[in-house]
Amino acid sequence: MIASFIQNLFNALQWGSFYSLIALGYTLVYGVLTLINFAHGDIFMVGAYIAFFVATFFLGTALLAEGGWVVLALTIPLTMILTAFVGVTLERIAYRPLRRKGANRLYVVITALMCGLILENGNLALLGASRKSFPELVDKVVFSIGPVSMTNLKVAVVFSAVAVFILLQFIVTKTQIGMAMRAISYDKFAVPLMGIPIDTIIVFTFILGSSMAGLAGLLFALSYPILDPFMGALIGWKAFIAAVVGGIGDIRGAFLGGFLLGFVEILVVAFFPSTFRDLIAFSILLIILSVKPTGLFGVAKTTKI
Amino acid sequence: MQRFTVPILLAILFLVLVGMSYYDLLDLYIQSVIMFVGINIILGSSLNIVNGYMGEFACGHAAFMAIGAYISSIINVMLFTQDRIFGAPLLPPEMSLYFFPFVLLIGGFGAAIAGLLVAIPSFKTRGDYLAIITIAANFIVTSTIINMDTIGGSRGFMGMKQITFAMEDVIFLPWMLIWVILSTYLTVWVIYRFVSSTYGKGIIAIHQDEVAAEIMSVNTNKMKLVAFMVSSGLAGLAGGLFAHILGYINPGSFGILKSTEALVIVYLGGMGSLSGSVLAAILFTLLLEGLRFVLPWMSSGLHWFDGIFYWADLIPDGYQVSQVWKWVIIPLILVLLMQFRPEGIMGNKELADLFPRLRRWYSFK
Repeated sequence: MIASFIQNLFNALQWGSFYSLIALGYTLVYGVLTLINFAHGDIFMVGAYIAFFVATFFLGTALLAEGGWVVLALTIPLTMILTAFVGVTLERIAYRPLRRKGANRLYVVITALMCGLILENGNLALLGASRKSFPELVDKVVFSIGPVSMTNLKVAVVFSAVAVFILLQFIVTKTQIGMAMRAISYDKFAVPLMGIPIDTIIVFTFILGSSMAGLAGLLFALSYPILDPFMGALIGWKAFIAAVVGGIGDIRGAFLGGFLLGFVEILVVAFFPSTFRDLIAFSILLIILSVKPTGLFGVAKTTKI
Repeated sequence: MQRFTVPILLAILFLVLVGMSYYDLLDLYIQSVIMFVGINIILGSSLNIVNGYMGEFACGHAAFMAIGAYISSIINVMLFTQDRIFGAPLLPPEMSLYFFPFVLLIGGFGAAIAGLLVAIPSFKTRGDYLAIITIAANFIVTSTIINMDTIGGSRGFMGMKQITFAMEDVIFLPWMLIWVILSTYLTVWVIYRFVSSTYGKGIIAIHQDEVAAEIMSVNTNKMKLVAFMVSSGLAGLAGGLFAHILGYINPGSFGILKSTEALVIVYLGGMGSLSGSVLAAILFTLLLEGLRFVLPWMSSGLHWFDGIFYWADLIPDGYQVSQVWKWVIIPLILVLLMQFRPEGIMGNKELADLFPRLRRWYSFK
């Protein structure tokens, strides 16, 4: 009983890490622009596909002789860079002109939703409906402590989520560029007057968020090596919900919210039929939001007349 | 005279459409496109109450559609048909014609009650947190239906076609078309009367400033309750019609994608513009169906293009542009439209505000 509980706990940590990594991207963009970037789940999907193409490209070259580790070490940064490029392209083409025109925030949100649809269906149309299976780069090592077993991959996933969280928390709270990001979310109109290049900061935010989504896509593809164009849709929505439950705009909130959602889902599946997963998980989140409407770490904004 | 132009035009449109489909001048495909236009008008304009006039961001409209669809189909199937689950019909099937509008209204009423699920949290929550509650509500509703095995679960629910046949047995008319057109008229009329009344202007006041509206003696909680319930109730009506047109529903067809379609209609037409929503619903549906025919032309065009550059052999011979491109082209059109007209087709204006001369010809009450 205890053993299966601990086993589920480890699984929940892994799922929570995926949700956290995606939720961090949502919350970063939201914190700076107050824009719900609904295309983020699909950027995660694009990240997984980019990882697939990069990995198969490297496996085709002579690098394979050096071992899977070299391929992985090259795939990670390249995937992150290329995914960041996709995210910045979206920002540059779709969101920035709207922001310049001073359009209503909700129109930017709809544009983001449409960009997500374009990425999903464009992928389906270009690459076809056949699912891609991700090559196995690194041999699986299973650690067993008594009846509880875990793989090196799960440990790597959890560690990278924690590392990304610490990195982002450091960037946002301790560095100058992080200070500029917080300043933009505080007052968008005064910031350019202080000589802060607002567009550069926003592009930097998108680079951070999208590269984390790319990393999440790569890790997800390593753990569940079947890729399909709609894999990002549901997981993206769920990660967004996790970010909101944590208090959107707050790095700690997104991190904890992702793990909370992971735990709730895995524990529900452990005790109920798996079809109840979404029902119970979302009901719990709805109750949390009704009790604490601004999320776990969110701060209620005072409105002036 | 101006008072009657719009009702007369609408009545003529109704008679022409029904007459043409009665004498088989419109084939079944065109009829179904017209019915989907009607349903999208109901969906879009009802979501416009919350998203446009009240300025919230509710993105779980399909949930209420699902509730209306399931309630009305279950009642109809239980009462009027021989069914595997519910057994023999409780009432003679001929009665279904007279009960149909009431069953639709019951479905809408059930959806309005479900609207409380979103309306009550909206007292304290606003903006993006409310958006998440609506998304969660959508997931909760669809997964509740998936878990209810007696009504089919994820396999779906069917048997509504028999209701249509039973209605046609009594008097042979295209009944579904009639109901869809009548409910579309009813919806647009109700929403127009509601948002232009003194009472309904409280919703617009909430959009502009909630605290100020409260001070100006608008009962904001009650207004929110009313707005959400009217909006979700009308969505339930649309759901009931949708179920009876298709004759088969499953929870998968009321997912986030359906909600996205409703959102697209609202923001394409413009927030807070009823005529914008109607126009956008017509445009969107026609675009969706029109691309079905345009895509094969595109493939033949591509092959013609390939024929000019025959030495390069750009496109393989058997290549066809797949229907998936439809869902790439439509979002692309929307993104471009947002770039050039970020307030939607109509902005927050009505048709008569944009073309003042139209006022000479009609007054819509």
